[in-house]
Amino acid sequence: MSVAEKYIGAKTPSKPETIYMLRLADNTLILGQRLSEMCGHAPEMELDIALTNISLDLIGQAKLLFEHILTLEDLAPNADVLAMTRPLEQYTNCLFVAQPNVDFAHIMLKQYLFSTMQKLQYEALLESRDETLAAIAEKSLKEIAYHIRFAKTWLLRLGDGTEESRTRMADALDCLWRFTGEMFVRDAGLADAVNAGLSTDFTQHYDGWTLEVESVFTEAGGLTPPETARMIMGGHQGQHDDNLGHILADMQFMQRSYPGLKW
Amino acid sequence: MYSTDLRTDKEKKSADQQILDDAELWDTFQARIDNGDTIEAKDAMPEKYRQTLTRQISQHAHSEIIGQLPEGNWVTRAPTLKRKLILLAKIQDEAGHGLYLYSAAETLGRSRDDMVADLLSGKAKYSTIFNYPTPTWADIGTIGWLVDGAAIVNQIPLCRCSYGPYARAMVRVCKEESFHQRQGYEIVTTLARGSAEQKAMAQDSLNRFWWPSLMMFGPSDSASTHSSQNMKWNIKRHSNDELRQRFIDATIPQAEFLGLTIPDPDLKWNEERGSYDHGDIDWDEFWAVIKDGGICGKDRIQARRAAAKDGVWVRAAAEAYAAKQSAKEQVA
Amino acid sequence: MSNNNWHLYEVFIRSKNGLAHKHAGSVHAQDAETAILSARDLYTRRGEASSLWIIKSSDIIASDPGEAGELYDPSDDKIYRHSTFYTVPDGVKNM
Repeated sequence: MSVAEKYIGAKTPSKPETIYMLRLADNTLILGQRLSEMCGHAPEMELDIALTNISLDLIGQAKLLFEHILTLEDLAPNADVLAMTRPLEQYTNCLFVAQPNVDFAHIMLKQYLFSTMQKLQYEALLESRDETLAAIAEKSLKEIAYHIRFAKTWLLRLGDGTEESRTRMADALDCLWRFTGEMFVRDAGLADAVNAGLSTDFTQHYDGWTLEVESVFTEAGGLTPPETARMIMGGHQGQHDDNLGHILADMQFMQRSYPGLKW
Repeated sequence: MYSTDLRTDKEKKSADQQILDDAELWDTFQARIDNGDTIEAKDAMPEKYRQTLTRQISQHAHSEIIGQLPEGNWVTRAPTLKRKLILLAKIQDEAGHGLYLYSAAETLGRSRDDMVADLLSGKAKYSTIFNYPTPTWADIGTIGWLVDGAAIVNQIPLCRCSYGPYARAMVRVCKEESFHQRQGYEIVTTLARGSAEQKAMAQDSLNRFWWPSLMMFGPSDSASTHSSQNMKWNIKRHSNDELRQRFIDATIPQAEFLGLTIPDPDLKWNEERGSYDHGDIDWDEFWAVIKDGGICGKDRIQARRAAAKDGVWVRAAAEAYAAKQSAKEQVA
Repeated sequence: MSNNNWHLYEVFIRSKNGLAHKHAGSVHAQDAETAILSARDLYTRRGEASSLWIIKSSDIIASDPGEAGELYDPSDDKIYRHSTFYTVPDGVKNM
């Protein structure tokens, strides 16, 4: 047996349901992992607890999704192997969630833009043919509502706070906006999921979402998204930027160093 | 322990000299304590009592906040999703406990910002245990098992200490911490029952953390001359050695159950005392870590300074926003 | 570092409907909204709450502990205000 065959890893999903759910799971896993980097290092002790709470919610959502995927397709012996052993190109999260924390302005803006998208994405699962997925979405939506409230609260304060905080928020918007388009792309993965009755097409709300977040930017000290000639994408197809490899180096460290052990 | 006075004799002396207390107040106050009264924030109290408690509670708070860091070292590398969630929740509890304790300390008149400034400048102390590194995953198990185990032994009596806000904070802390030691022991159990490599990892971690855990209870009673007043005031109910012995007696069977060896060749059951005798603790190491921060002290302080620096502009923004909003309300 | 806009808020939690709000602790915040979020994140992580109250600590009006004697001691000997003060003949029920 070759080393590659002996390697305990996860298989690639082949059903429209599992392909789409893996994307959802990877999104919350990677964003949750990013936020967890702040644990013990957040700019205020109260915010440390708050960011950890959101991270716990996101990783918890990922765990439920990974576990559910494994009931539909035998991709790995358990959720941890599925979550933590795949090669980089088999992670299908959008590029947006892997963007670095940088500062509290980036963290809050990223959370706000993701959570407002995630709300639409998960509402589209409530009538899913897959009742377990619908139940996961329903549970998650309560958490998402709080994430939006928290992130919006800080978006307003940082945008309409001091000169420095507004500059930082504008900088965050400049960095992050170009990755938002990928979250709303109706690609084959989503189209297949819609055809399979797993989800409705939440990307039809893209314009509404844009109007909503732009009105919040206006309230937040009159921020405006940068002129963007094009959106940067590729994550859903496993084409990642510089960030994910570093995230995986940490996240996969134990599963890869000691394959097949219990912890 | 978190509440042990970690100041050098010189620091203690210079602090004591600045206190002038009314003898009459001192007597009526002692009578209240002897009567089993709980002291509340606005009650009259000797300045020395106020200072001792401010130091003890803030040091306890600092220990919780710094205590996030050795475990935080493993958050992004936790081996499973379940372990990652548990570890995050546990570290989050520690931040919460730090906040409960800062609040309790603030009732004595010192602001949290001032206390934190003392931590960042290196003036304030915190438990030496958090200056040891956590190079392997097994350390996350060992910290929960030994460090939180030791903390529980120390903290339970504090739930009945004479100062109400501190006692109430400790009740909340103890209630929340009940899962911390168990999750640690569960990790160590999994390793001890796992592969040879995992078992070696667990033993190595125990070897490194055993003695520092015993040091958490503070200097031996024979060397500690300052605890009698704290006992009289009922802010310390048991001696360092008494609590340390309680911890050792509870922990040894837990190690034996897992087939792990406590790294102390002199450890022996003493039938007469109904307790374990143990080898000498290296107090030179203990004082050296207090003085120079040991392996990780500088990193710990740097990490907290960086967080505080990141917070300055965030706090300023929130203040500016609040000021703008209240100005708007006044116009309306 | 200290400043005037970093307020202390006291936090009160109602654990479930039907019970009174009970003091849980305090949080620092710049305004009411961030105070309520911090109180939620700090004090209700284990499902402790169905409702939260927060109030600026400086807005609490407290009695002076030095006046405890004149305020509260006079009621100590008014035992006739307690039902146990009265004897009811044996055999009388539901009273």
